[in-house]
Amino acid sequence: MTKRRYFEKPIYWLMRAVTYFIVIVIGYILYDIVRGGIGTISWEFLTTMPRRSGAEGGILPVIIGTFYLVIGTVATALPIGMAAAIYLTEYATQNRLTRTIRLAISTLAGIPSIVFGLFGLGLFVIFFGFKASILSGSLTLACMILPIIIVSSEEALKAVPQSFREASLALGATKWLTIRKNVLPYAIPGMLTGSILGVGRAAGETAPILLTVAAFYLPKLPASIFDQVMALPYHLYILATQLPDVDAVRPMQYGTALVLIVLVLGLNLAAIFLRIYFRRKYRW
Amino acid sequence: MEEDGCLNSFLTPVCYYIMMREPWKEKTIRLLLLGAAMTAIVIVALIFVFLGKESLPIVHDSNASSLLGTRWNPVSFERPVYGMIPLIVGSVLVTLLATLVAVPFGVIGAVYIAEVAKPAEREFFKPFIELLAGIPSVVIGFFGLVVLSPIVKSLFHLQSGQSAFTGALLLALMSIPTIITISEDAIRSVPASYKEASLSLGASPLQTLWRVTVPAALSGIIAAVMLGIGRVIGETMAVMMVTGNAAIITASPFESVRTMTATIAAEMGEVAYGSPHYRALFCVGIVLLLATFALNTIALRVMKKYRMGT
Repeated sequence: MTKRRYFEKPIYWLMRAVTYFIVIVIGYILYDIVRGGIGTISWEFLTTMPRRSGAEGGILPVIIGTFYLVIGTVATALPIGMAAAIYLTEYATQNRLTRTIRLAISTLAGIPSIVFGLFGLGLFVIFFGFKASILSGSLTLACMILPIIIVSSEEALKAVPQSFREASLALGATKWLTIRKNVLPYAIPGMLTGSILGVGRAAGETAPILLTVAAFYLPKLPASIFDQVMALPYHLYILATQLPDVDAVRPMQYGTALVLIVLVLGLNLAAIFLRIYFRRKYRW
Repeated sequence: MEEDGCLNSFLTPVCYYIMMREPWKEKTIRLLLLGAAMTAIVIVALIFVFLGKESLPIVHDSNASSLLGTRWNPVSFERPVYGMIPLIVGSVLVTLLATLVAVPFGVIGAVYIAEVAKPAEREFFKPFIELLAGIPSVVIGFFGLVVLSPIVKSLFHLQSGQSAFTGALLLALMSIPTIITISEDAIRSVPASYKEASLSLGASPLQTLWRVTVPAALSGIIAAVMLGIGRVIGETMAVMMVTGNAAIITASPFESVRTMTATIAAEMGEVAYGSPHYRALFCVGIVLLLATFALNTIALRVMKKYRMGT
């Protein structure tokens, strides 16, 4: 027995080494971006217009562009996603329609982002004639994050105990009144928390906006939802691969990457902490 | 009473109907919510319809038959050809390499976190690895371009670090969170009685782990790997930034390759609407859509069969 244990020890160490290696690689990526970008970040970098195709100056229109895109995406996907989740948890019975809806949601979750880009190009940009605009981009991103919002909202609704619903129904309240007064108030924090993850995904995706909204270089602020904008992930791609002297603009690249990563991971961390907070607050 | 009268007459069914029917306000709300849920179906249908609508007219082009050919050269002056084979081979090569790297790391990581790690380790590792899934792919691609590709270049004495191998390493990294998260759930949901039975027969913890627990969770692990592969095939930015993007057929991991996703992203900006090149890119999109659709459907089937959460 002890002999075998002795022999097994290296295998445990190997497994530990593999896991720590993964964690160290992730840590190193974050460290590299922070180390490379921290020197570039300044008030001027964040609040001025880019110059010379982004090789100099700041990234103000890029940040604003991503901000508008995210707002548009959330404004579209959140109401639809939450309503769909309410239907699926509170109303849906096991039938063919429900199964089809669930199949569609898991299909949507697996579709590659570039295919969403093609879809947005075909439907919003060309067929609806929205051109490359904030509207086209937001709608495309909304389709992409819809499954994330539905699934996380469903989880929040399922976490509300059945007895809450029964108590209200037993007092003669209608179904919708029950949901509105006795389910949603306890589920909404969780629904919003889960949706933050979708927002993070929308802010960081490049491929869909590449085909539907993003401008290569547009140093002005958008005036309407039918304007093109620059966006953080696409701007990073341009800076890193499309400019003539990519090595010279390295600080700008790292700076943009850092802003993007802080935004996306900040949203994800906020979601994680909010989830812990609400779990502690609502314990039944 | 009036109600009794109603209930005891030939009008009984009608009375029941009036009493039991859903008030119109409730009904409207239910239908509105149903409508919202149906948008998922509508979007999936529209995706298939629009990809078909934009790609199928290519059959009218004289070069349509080249779609199945072995050369992708859509901007040639004499005779543009749209052979998708090199792009498919590029995607498959990168995906296979990425899977070869990601599976051992992902599965061992998942086993370690699920069964070996101390609770404190697990509390930290799981969210930290999930954090990786949140890093935008363009940032991973940027890291690959600036840090990883010079390392690959000097390590293997290549002319350029932009190769299928570099892309595969990045993609492996990106699929590891998916593999670990889902495999870990599968491993942890193996009933304790299996392990207890094995241990009581004198098997060591390690033997129990690899010969009882992991095989019992195998279906979940396979589903995790397939979902990971689905993510790898569909990944665009990271791959576009580090694989060099040469549309050639090769089996060498150190050659530059071009994947389906990168081709669409790189060329769509420069094509004229409605041109054969534009339609060919949508054809590539359809191949991509069908490949990921098939992978995800099989993975979900496997998960459902073994009653895992979706």
